[in-house]
Amino acid sequence: MLEIRNLYVSVAGTEILRGLDLSVKAGEVHAIMGPNGSGKSTLANTIVGRPEFNVTDGDILFEGESLLDKMPDRRAVLGIFLAFQYPVELPGVRNRQFLKAALDAARTYRGEEELNVRQFDTIYKAAVEKVGIDAELMKRSVNEGFSGGEKKRSEMLQLAVLDPKLAVLDETDSGLDIDALRRVADGVNQRRRPDNATILVTHYQRILSYVVPDYVHVLLDGRIVRSGGRELAAELEAKGYEWVKESADEKAAV
Amino acid sequence: MSTPNVISRTTSDLDTDYKYGFYTDIESDDIPKGLSEDIVRMISAKKNEPEFLLEWRLKAFRHWLKLEHKEPSWAKVEFPKIDYQDIRYYSSPVTGERPESLDDVDPELIEAFGKLGIPLEEQKRMTGVAVDAIFDSSSVATTYKKALEKAGVIFCSVSEAVETHPELVEKYLGSVVPYTDNFFATLNSAVFSDGSFVYVPPGVRCPMELMTYFRINAADTGQFERTLIIADKGSYVSYLEGCTAPMRKSHQLHAAVVELVALDDAEIKYSTLQNWYPGDKDGNGGVYNFVTKRGNALGRNSKISWTQVETGSAITWKYPSVILQGDNSTGEFYSVALVNNHQQADTGTKMIHIGKNTKSTIVAKGISAGQGQSTYRGLVQIMPSAENATNFTQCDSLLVGDKCGAHTVPYIEVRNPTARMEHEASTSKVSDDQVFYCTQRGISEEEAHYMVINGFCRGIFQELPFEFAMEAQQLLRVSLEGAVG
Repeated sequence: MLEIRNLYVSVAGTEILRGLDLSVKAGEVHAIMGPNGSGKSTLANTIVGRPEFNVTDGDILFEGESLLDKMPDRRAVLGIFLAFQYPVELPGVRNRQFLKAALDAARTYRGEEELNVRQFDTIYKAAVEKVGIDAELMKRSVNEGFSGGEKKRSEMLQLAVLDPKLAVLDETDSGLDIDALRRVADGVNQRRRPDNATILVTHYQRILSYVVPDYVHVLLDGRIVRSGGRELAAELEAKGYEWVKESADEKAAV
Repeated sequence: MSTPNVISRTTSDLDTDYKYGFYTDIESDDIPKGLSEDIVRMISAKKNEPEFLLEWRLKAFRHWLKLEHKEPSWAKVEFPKIDYQDIRYYSSPVTGERPESLDDVDPELIEAFGKLGIPLEEQKRMTGVAVDAIFDSSSVATTYKKALEKAGVIFCSVSEAVETHPELVEKYLGSVVPYTDNFFATLNSAVFSDGSFVYVPPGVRCPMELMTYFRINAADTGQFERTLIIADKGSYVSYLEGCTAPMRKSHQLHAAVVELVALDDAEIKYSTLQNWYPGDKDGNGGVYNFVTKRGNALGRNSKISWTQVETGSAITWKYPSVILQGDNSTGEFYSVALVNNHQQADTGTKMIHIGKNTKSTIVAKGISAGQGQSTYRGLVQIMPSAENATNFTQCDSLLVGDKCGAHTVPYIEVRNPTARMEHEASTSKVSDDQVFYCTQRGISEEEAHYMVINGFCRGIFQELPFEFAMEAQQLLRVSLEGAVG
């Protein structure tokens, strides 16, 4: 589904990703772990085409096609979703209106008709229930006056409504209490299907107690230095990132 | 001295973005261009006016002469000198006698309003909204007249009211905006042609929305309408006005006066969608919208509420105000003013607190795009007699692009220590983060801008009757074309 080849990305002139390779197939959940500043968020933002992130070399293929010449809204309607680390507020824009516009954009792109209000309601209400978010809260404007946890939960609602092929969760688990964390994990587990994929970008191992990833990758200095199964996460938890760093240095020295 | 180059003869359709830019070719009864005592008499004679009105017009005209073409200069708007002798002060479609029913109205006129989305025919007209359609200087038709008559509500053109209810006109005309008020109001008092008149009798809740649709059609013609609304004790009325004009290369002058009077326990809600031709992308043509609007919350517990969405006109100069004279009276002003390309808007309100326990609310939203300049100018004045007055003011500006300007000029004058005043102001831009957030969800960049801008205006749109809120969103979108995305 997603194929990243030898990716180099710089932000404001500073090179952050340096030759990153990653392959994600349909039906898989990948966890990208790494210490602060390793390039995790850069990777997440580059996949969705955020303008400040300049790809200087390499390629990102989604279902066999390069994403690099595609605008962010095109990537979104192709089925790529980013759960933001810091979702912005849209004062005066209602959640339902926002989500319907998003859903209709994807449908229009696929040549399908826009949803009528009733059809949208059915999808929306089911998602609200699934995510377990307060329906009253969602009557407010998008993210306006939401707490950090509420914003993250709202992102999970959007994920449930839009049901993308590829979901990238950028540190969605950080700053959440245990209940909120579980909800996010539930959201990822519930969407797990043979025809979609999820990339969990995270600093901490703790969400991986609730979501069992197929692959764990460790990102260091803009490169994936180690990949493995879920056991890698446990090893990281026990030994810390320093351990990966040292072993990576050793490898480089050899 | 600069050459007067306003209101020239050249007229042609320039660009096609403005969908109300068509011209209706209809026979009209025009008077010669220019302004003199004879012209004022001629207008009055055309309308068969009683002596008191002619006298009032003449007093206004003589006062206007003393002002020596000195327009108010304190507003942040720039325009070339206006040649008041090069304007036609009266142009009316030839309809003969005032039509008794729609069958007597020229089908061309009915069609023109139909094209504007204001169907006048019985079977097509808007449900729950009575419309007074004004074409250049004259009222063409008023719908739902019978239903309104049944409720005792008088809704007709001012010229008709002059004939049928001269006592009400004489009592209230100029009672809120005297003919000496300001340059443009004085000019209007001398030459006003038509406008709407509303009287709601005591205890009556007007059974439907009342609407006036103003259309400037003829070239080189100024529109000087005068609207007078009186809500008698314990009554309620919601009134709307909409306006458009053909696209012309030259500027057109529109200097209207609106007066509202609310007696004890009465409420007037006045909504405006102003969409006069704004001029082309380079600032050629467009309407000069120099308007005086004021309400007197005269009675105890009375309430006057202004809601305006100003998207049109090359220049907007208007300050819908409320004199809070009655004890416990309320004044409200909700405004969205949008400028794009070379448009200029200097708009705001005055809340004059005189009565005890009076309360006013001001929420003004300015959107500047292109090279537009938008100014909020407001005065909140608490007089010594106004015990326990409260005011809440919120002024927000939103900038789209980096060549436009937003300015806020609030005046607060408190002469009673019991007053409570709140003032909030903000300036923001549609941020890249907001746009990216929307595009990541599949929404186009252009649509993302509209979404954020509409969200910014939402609180104001909620004050409008439902159909007009939808219309307002459309207007905003059309007016922003080319500025976003």
